[in-house]
Amino acid sequence: MTRTDVQLMLDVKGGDEQSFELLLQRYRTPLVNFLFRMVKNREQAEDLAQEVFIRVYRAREEYVPTAKFTTWLFRIATNLALNSLRDHRHQKLEMSIDAPLTDGEDGDERPFEVADKHLTVEQELVEEERKKMIRRAIEKLPEKQRAAVLLHKYQELDYAEIAKILSCSESALKSLLFRAYEMLRVELAPLVARRGLK
Amino acid sequence: MESRILAYMDSRLKDSERAEMDKHLAACPVCRVRANEFRSVSDLLGELPMVEPTPAFDVRVRARVAAEPVKQSWWAWMRPSPRIAFAASMLLLAMLWMGYRKEAVTPLPISPEEADASMMQDISVMEDHDTLANFEPLKELPPPVEATADSDDTDQQM
Repeated sequence: MTRTDVQLMLDVKGGDEQSFELLLQRYRTPLVNFLFRMVKNREQAEDLAQEVFIRVYRAREEYVPTAKFTTWLFRIATNLALNSLRDHRHQKLEMSIDAPLTDGEDGDERPFEVADKHLTVEQELVEEERKKMIRRAIEKLPEKQRAAVLLHKYQELDYAEIAKILSCSESALKSLLFRAYEMLRVELAPLVARRGLK
Repeated sequence: MESRILAYMDSRLKDSERAEMDKHLAACPVCRVRANEFRSVSDLLGELPMVEPTPAFDVRVRARVAAEPVKQSWWAWMRPSPRIAFAASMLLLAMLWMGYRKEAVTPLPISPEEADASMMQDISVMEDHDTLANFEPLKELPPPVEATADSDDTDQQM
Protein backbone atom coordinates (compact mmCIF):
# COMPACT_ATOMS: atom_id res chain seq x y z
CA MET A 1 0.00 0.00 0.00
CA THR A 2 1.29 3.46 -0.94
CA ARG A 3 1.97 5.59 2.09
CA THR A 4 0.59 9.11 2.09
CA ASP A 5 2.86 12.14 2.15
CA VAL A 6 1.91 12.85 5.75
CA GLN A 7 2.66 9.25 6.77
CA LEU A 8 6.03 9.41 5.04
CA MET A 9 6.85 12.70 6.74
CA LEU A 10 5.86 11.30 10.14
CA ASP A 11 8.15 8.34 9.46
CA VAL A 12 10.97 10.76 8.60
CA LYS A 13 10.26 12.46 11.91
CA GLY A 14 10.59 9.06 13.56
CA GLY A 15 14.07 8.67 12.06
CA ASP A 16 13.29 6.71 8.88
CA GLU A 17 15.65 8.13 6.25
CA GLN A 18 14.20 5.88 3.55
CA SER A 19 10.87 7.71 3.79
CA PHE A 20 12.64 10.96 3.02
CA GLU A 21 14.09 9.33 -0.08
CA LEU A 22 10.54 8.41 -1.16
CA LEU A 23 9.36 11.98 -0.68
CA LEU A 24 12.34 13.17 -2.70
CA GLN A 25 11.46 10.82 -5.55
CA ARG A 26 7.79 11.80 -5.39
CA TYR A 27 8.32 15.56 -5.52
CA ARG A 28 11.68 16.20 -7.20
CA THR A 29 10.20 16.65 -10.71
CA PRO A 30 7.11 18.75 -9.77
CA LEU A 31 9.24 20.94 -7.54
CA VAL A 32 12.04 21.52 -10.04
CA ASN A 33 9.44 22.26 -12.75
CA PHE A 34 7.59 24.74 -10.57
CA LEU A 35 10.80 26.51 -9.58
CA PHE A 36 12.13 26.46 -13.13
CA ARG A 37 8.98 28.19 -14.39
CA MET A 38 9.23 30.67 -11.52
CA VAL A 39 12.90 31.67 -11.73
CA LYS A 40 13.45 30.82 -15.43
CA ASN A 41 16.83 29.27 -14.83
CA ARG A 42 17.38 25.57 -14.48
CA GLU A 43 20.51 25.63 -12.37
CA GLN A 44 18.97 28.12 -9.97
CA ALA A 45 15.76 26.07 -9.89
CA GLU A 46 17.67 22.95 -8.87
CA ASP A 47 19.55 24.88 -6.18
CA LEU A 48 16.27 26.20 -4.79
CA ALA A 49 14.65 22.75 -4.96
CA GLN A 50 17.58 21.36 -2.98
CA GLU A 51 17.05 24.08 -0.41
CA VAL A 52 13.35 23.18 -0.17
CA PHE A 53 14.16 19.53 0.54
CA ILE A 54 16.81 20.45 3.09
CA ARG A 55 14.37 22.74 4.89
CA VAL A 56 11.78 19.98 4.95
CA TYR A 57 14.38 17.60 6.36
CA ARG A 58 15.54 20.10 8.99
CA ALA A 59 11.97 20.73 10.09
CA ARG A 60 11.19 17.01 10.51
CA GLU A 61 11.45 17.09 14.32
CA GLU A 62 8.83 19.84 14.59
CA TYR A 63 6.57 18.52 11.80
CA VAL A 64 2.89 18.45 12.76
CA PRO A 65 0.43 17.43 10.02
CA THR A 66 -1.90 20.41 10.38
CA ALA A 67 -2.13 20.94 6.61
CA LYS A 68 -1.51 18.95 3.44
CA PHE A 69 2.13 18.13 2.86
CA THR A 70 2.01 19.71 -0.62
CA THR A 71 0.74 22.98 0.86
CA TRP A 72 3.75 23.09 3.16
CA LEU A 73 6.19 22.00 0.44
CA PHE A 74 5.03 24.48 -2.18
CA ARG A 75 4.74 27.27 0.35
CA ILE A 76 8.43 26.86 1.15
CA ALA A 77 9.19 26.66 -2.58
CA THR A 78 7.11 29.74 -3.42
CA ASN A 79 8.71 31.82 -0.68
CA LEU A 80 12.19 30.79 -1.76
CA ALA A 81 11.39 31.54 -5.40
CA LEU A 82 9.92 34.96 -4.62
CA ASN A 83 12.89 35.84 -2.41
CA SER A 84 15.31 34.69 -5.09
CA LEU A 85 13.51 36.76 -7.74
CA ARG A 86 13.63 39.80 -5.49
CA ASP A 87 17.35 39.29 -4.90
CA HIS A 88 18.04 38.98 -8.62
CA ARG A 89 15.71 41.74 -9.74
CA HIS A 90 18.48 44.05 -10.86
CA GLN A 91 20.08 41.31 -12.91
CA LYS A 92 16.72 40.55 -14.47
CA LEU A 93 16.16 44.13 -15.53
CA GLU A 94 19.43 44.07 -17.40
CA MET A 95 18.45 41.00 -19.36
CA SER A 96 16.81 41.53 -22.69
CA ILE A 97 13.75 39.49 -23.46
CA ASP A 98 15.36 38.59 -26.76
CA ALA A 99 18.71 37.65 -25.28
CA PRO A 100 19.72 34.09 -26.15
CA LEU A 101 18.58 31.64 -23.51
CA THR A 102 21.14 29.78 -21.48
CA ASP A 103 21.57 26.05 -21.78
CA GLY A 104 19.74 25.64 -18.52
CA GLU A 105 16.71 27.51 -19.72
CA ASP A 106 16.22 26.05 -23.11
CA GLY A 107 18.25 22.88 -23.29
CA ASP A 108 15.74 20.82 -21.36
CA GLU A 109 12.81 21.85 -23.49
CA ARG A 110 13.78 20.34 -26.77
CA PRO A 111 11.72 17.21 -26.90
CA PHE A 112 11.39 17.74 -30.64
CA GLU A 113 14.78 16.22 -31.17
CA VAL A 114 13.40 12.86 -30.13
CA ALA A 115 9.68 13.41 -29.69
CA ASP A 116 8.41 13.40 -33.25
CA LYS A 117 10.69 12.34 -36.02
CA HIS A 118 7.89 12.76 -38.57
CA LEU A 119 7.95 16.55 -38.31
CA THR A 120 9.75 18.43 -41.04
CA VAL A 121 12.41 20.97 -40.13
CA GLU A 122 9.94 23.76 -40.87
CA GLN A 123 7.28 22.19 -38.67
CA GLU A 124 9.83 21.74 -35.91
CA LEU A 125 10.71 25.41 -36.08
CA VAL A 126 7.05 26.38 -35.92
CA GLU A 127 6.51 24.09 -32.93
CA GLU A 128 9.58 25.45 -31.18
CA GLU A 129 8.44 29.02 -31.76
CA ARG A 130 5.01 28.13 -30.40
CA LYS A 131 6.43 26.70 -27.19
CA LYS A 132 8.74 29.66 -26.78
CA MET A 133 5.71 31.94 -27.06
CA ILE A 134 3.84 30.02 -24.38
CA ARG A 135 6.87 30.01 -22.11
CA ARG A 136 7.39 33.73 -22.50
CA ALA A 137 3.71 34.43 -21.85
CA ILE A 138 4.06 32.64 -18.51
CA GLU A 139 7.30 34.46 -17.74
CA LYS A 140 5.66 37.83 -18.38
CA LEU A 141 3.08 37.27 -15.67
CA PRO A 142 3.64 39.12 -12.39
CA GLU A 143 5.32 36.78 -9.90
CA LYS A 144 2.31 36.03 -7.72
CA GLN A 145 0.03 35.48 -10.74
CA ARG A 146 2.67 33.20 -12.22
CA ALA A 147 2.89 31.15 -9.02
CA ALA A 148 -0.92 30.89 -8.94
CA VAL A 149 -1.11 29.66 -12.55
CA LEU A 150 1.70 27.15 -12.10
CA LEU A 151 0.19 25.70 -8.94
CA HIS A 152 -3.27 25.62 -10.54
CA LYS A 153 -2.37 24.29 -13.97
CA TYR A 154 0.68 22.08 -13.43
CA GLN A 155 0.37 20.94 -9.81
CA GLU A 156 -3.43 20.78 -9.97
CA LEU A 157 -3.77 21.94 -6.39
CA ASP A 158 -7.22 23.04 -5.24
CA TYR A 159 -8.06 26.68 -4.67
CA ALA A 160 -8.00 26.48 -0.88
CA GLU A 161 -4.51 24.97 -0.96
CA ILE A 162 -3.14 27.55 -3.44
CA ALA A 163 -4.69 30.35 -1.37
CA LYS A 164 -2.85 29.06 1.72
CA ILE A 165 0.43 28.82 -0.19
CA LEU A 166 0.10 32.39 -1.45
CA SER A 167 -1.28 33.69 1.86
CA CYS A 168 -4.46 35.12 0.40
CA SER A 169 -8.18 34.45 0.57
CA GLU A 170 -9.83 32.02 -1.83
CA SER A 171 -11.79 34.81 -3.50
CA ALA A 172 -8.58 36.86 -3.91
CA LEU A 173 -6.97 33.82 -5.49
CA LYS A 174 -9.83 33.38 -7.99
CA SER A 175 -9.49 37.02 -8.93
CA LEU A 176 -5.70 36.62 -9.27
CA LEU A 177 -6.13 33.59 -11.53
CA PHE A 178 -8.75 35.34 -13.63
CA ARG A 179 -6.41 38.28 -14.24
CA ALA A 180 -3.56 35.91 -15.06
CA TYR A 181 -5.66 34.02 -17.61
CA GLU A 182 -6.80 37.32 -19.09
CA MET A 183 -3.18 38.35 -19.56
CA LEU A 184 -2.27 34.97 -21.03
CA ARG A 185 -5.25 35.19 -23.38
CA VAL A 186 -3.94 38.49 -24.73
CA GLU A 187 -0.33 37.30 -24.96
CA LEU A 188 -1.29 34.09 -26.66
CA ALA A 189 -4.02 35.63 -28.85
CA PRO A 190 -2.53 34.40 -32.15
CA LEU A 191 -2.34 30.83 -30.88
CA VAL A 192 -5.75 31.04 -29.26
CA ALA A 193 -7.30 32.35 -32.50
CA ARG A 194 -5.66 29.52 -34.46
CA ARG A 195 -7.12 26.97 -32.08
CA GLY A 196 -10.52 28.64 -32.40
CA LEU A 197 -10.41 28.16 -36.17
CA LYS A 198 -9.73 24.42 -35.85
CA MET B 1 -18.67 35.15 -13.87
CA GLU B 2 -15.10 36.15 -12.98
CA SER B 3 -14.95 33.98 -9.89
CA ARG B 4 -16.60 30.99 -11.52
CA ILE B 5 -15.24 30.73 -15.01
CA LEU B 6 -12.02 28.91 -14.08
CA ALA B 7 -13.79 26.63 -11.64
CA TYR B 8 -16.25 25.88 -14.46
CA MET B 9 -13.36 24.98 -16.79
CA ASP B 10 -11.79 22.79 -14.11
CA SER B 11 -15.11 21.05 -13.39
CA ARG B 12 -14.83 22.16 -9.78
CA LEU B 13 -18.30 23.70 -9.56
CA LYS B 14 -21.19 22.08 -7.72
CA ASP B 15 -23.89 20.61 -9.94
CA SER B 16 -26.28 23.46 -9.23
CA GLU B 17 -23.58 26.08 -9.96
CA ARG B 18 -22.57 24.28 -13.13
CA ALA B 19 -26.16 24.19 -14.38
CA GLU B 20 -26.46 27.90 -13.64
CA MET B 21 -23.23 28.59 -15.55
CA ASP B 22 -24.35 26.49 -18.53
CA LYS B 23 -27.57 28.47 -18.64
CA HIS B 24 -25.65 31.78 -18.52
CA LEU B 25 -23.18 30.77 -21.24
CA ALA B 26 -25.99 29.65 -23.50
CA ALA B 27 -27.55 33.10 -23.27
CA CYS B 28 -24.35 35.24 -23.20
CA PRO B 29 -22.10 35.05 -26.31
CA VAL B 30 -19.40 37.28 -24.75
CA CYS B 31 -18.95 34.98 -21.76
CA ARG B 32 -19.15 31.94 -24.02
CA VAL B 33 -16.29 33.23 -26.17
CA ARG B 34 -14.29 34.08 -23.03
CA ALA B 35 -14.81 30.61 -21.58
CA ASN B 36 -13.64 29.01 -24.84
CA GLU B 37 -10.58 31.26 -24.97
CA PHE B 38 -9.66 30.40 -21.38
CA ARG B 39 -10.00 26.74 -22.23
CA SER B 40 -7.65 27.25 -25.18
CA VAL B 41 -5.14 29.04 -22.94
CA SER B 42 -5.28 26.16 -20.49
CA ASP B 43 -4.69 23.66 -23.31
CA LEU B 44 -1.75 25.70 -24.60
CA LEU B 45 -0.17 25.76 -21.15
CA GLY B 46 -0.51 21.99 -21.10
CA GLU B 47 1.70 21.73 -24.17
CA LEU B 48 4.87 22.69 -22.31
CA PRO B 49 6.95 19.61 -21.55
CA MET B 50 7.98 18.66 -18.03
CA VAL B 51 11.56 19.32 -17.06
CA GLU B 52 13.43 16.40 -15.52
CA PRO B 53 15.94 17.20 -12.79
CA THR B 54 19.53 16.37 -13.70
CA PRO B 55 20.99 13.15 -12.22
CA ALA B 56 23.32 15.31 -10.12
CA PHE B 57 20.30 16.81 -8.36
CA ASP B 58 19.50 13.70 -6.31
CA VAL B 59 23.17 13.18 -5.50
CA ARG B 60 23.49 16.73 -4.20
CA VAL B 61 20.32 16.52 -2.10
CA ARG B 62 21.44 13.22 -0.55
CA ALA B 63 24.90 14.63 0.17
CA ARG B 64 23.41 17.67 1.88
CA VAL B 65 21.04 15.52 3.94
CA ALA B 66 23.94 13.30 4.99
CA ALA B 67 25.92 16.39 6.02
CA GLU B 68 23.12 17.62 8.27
CA PRO B 69 24.05 17.45 11.96
CA VAL B 70 22.19 14.76 13.83
CA LYS B 71 19.86 16.23 16.41
CA GLN B 72 19.76 14.09 19.55
CA SER B 73 17.82 14.52 22.73
CA TRP B 74 19.50 14.25 26.14
CA TRP B 75 18.42 10.61 26.47
CA ALA B 76 19.21 9.72 22.86
CA TRP B 77 22.71 8.46 23.74
CA MET B 78 21.09 5.57 25.59
CA ARG B 79 18.92 4.52 22.65
CA PRO B 80 21.56 2.71 20.62
CA SER B 81 22.67 0.64 23.63
CA PRO B 82 19.93 -0.79 25.81
CA ARG B 83 22.63 -2.79 27.63
CA ILE B 84 24.26 0.38 28.90
CA ALA B 85 20.89 1.67 30.02
CA PHE B 86 20.16 -1.61 31.81
CA ALA B 87 23.59 -1.71 33.48
CA ALA B 88 23.23 1.90 34.63
CA SER B 89 19.79 1.15 36.07
CA MET B 90 21.09 -1.92 37.94
CA LEU B 91 24.03 0.07 39.35
CA LEU B 92 21.68 2.76 40.57
CA LEU B 93 19.42 0.19 42.22
CA ALA B 94 22.41 -1.49 43.89
CA MET B 95 23.64 1.84 45.26
CA LEU B 96 20.21 2.63 46.65
CA TRP B 97 19.96 -0.81 48.27
CA MET B 98 23.45 -0.53 49.87
CA GLY B 99 22.59 2.87 51.21
CA TYR B 100 19.40 1.55 52.75
CA ARG B 101 21.23 -1.38 54.40
CA LYS B 102 23.93 0.83 55.93
CA GLU B 103 21.29 3.11 57.40
CA ALA B 104 19.47 0.15 59.01
CA VAL B 105 22.64 -1.38 60.64
CA THR B 106 24.53 1.68 61.88
CA PRO B 107 23.36 2.83 65.33
CA LEU B 108 22.13 6.32 65.58
CA PRO B 109 24.88 8.74 66.59
CA ILE B 110 24.65 10.09 70.20
CA SER B 111 25.25 13.72 70.95
CA PRO B 112 27.71 14.67 73.80
CA GLU B 113 24.80 15.82 75.96
CA GLU B 114 23.06 12.47 75.57
CA ALA B 115 26.33 10.65 76.42
CA ASP B 116 26.76 12.70 79.62
CA ALA B 117 23.17 12.05 80.63
CA SER B 118 23.70 8.34 80.13
CA MET B 119 26.82 8.36 82.25
CA MET B 120 25.03 10.19 85.05
CA GLN B 121 22.33 7.57 85.03
CA ASP B 122 24.96 4.84 85.52
CA ILE B 123 26.79 6.66 88.33
CA SER B 124 25.16 4.49 91.04
CA VAL B 125 26.75 1.46 89.46
CA MET B 126 30.09 3.20 89.55
CA GLU B 127 29.50 4.07 93.20
CA ASP B 128 28.55 0.51 93.95
CA HIS B 129 31.69 -0.72 92.33
CA ASP B 130 34.51 1.80 92.61
CA THR B 131 33.61 3.74 95.70
CA LEU B 132 32.80 0.70 97.81
CA ALA B 133 35.68 -1.38 96.53
CA ASN B 134 38.31 1.30 97.23
CA PHE B 135 36.91 2.75 100.45
CA GLU B 136 39.86 2.48 102.80
CA PRO B 137 37.99 2.30 106.16
CA LEU B 138 35.96 -0.61 104.90
CA LYS B 139 39.10 -2.53 104.12
CA GLU B 140 40.08 -2.49 107.79
CA LEU B 141 36.87 -4.21 108.80
CA PRO B 142 36.91 -7.95 109.35
CA PRO B 143 35.37 -9.95 106.51
CA PRO B 144 31.64 -10.54 106.93
CA VAL B 145 30.45 -13.81 108.37
CA GLU B 146 27.15 -13.93 106.48
CA ALA B 147 26.08 -12.16 103.34
CA THR B 148 22.95 -10.68 104.97
CA ALA B 149 24.82 -9.52 108.08
CA ASP B 150 27.54 -8.05 105.90
CA SER B 151 24.94 -6.15 104.02
CA ASP B 152 23.31 -4.77 107.16
CA ASP B 153 26.67 -3.75 108.65
CA THR B 154 27.67 -1.99 105.52
CA ASP B 155 24.41 -0.02 105.57
CA GLN B 156 25.02 0.98 109.16
CA GLN B 157 28.55 2.16 108.41
CA MET B 158 27.35 4.24 105.56
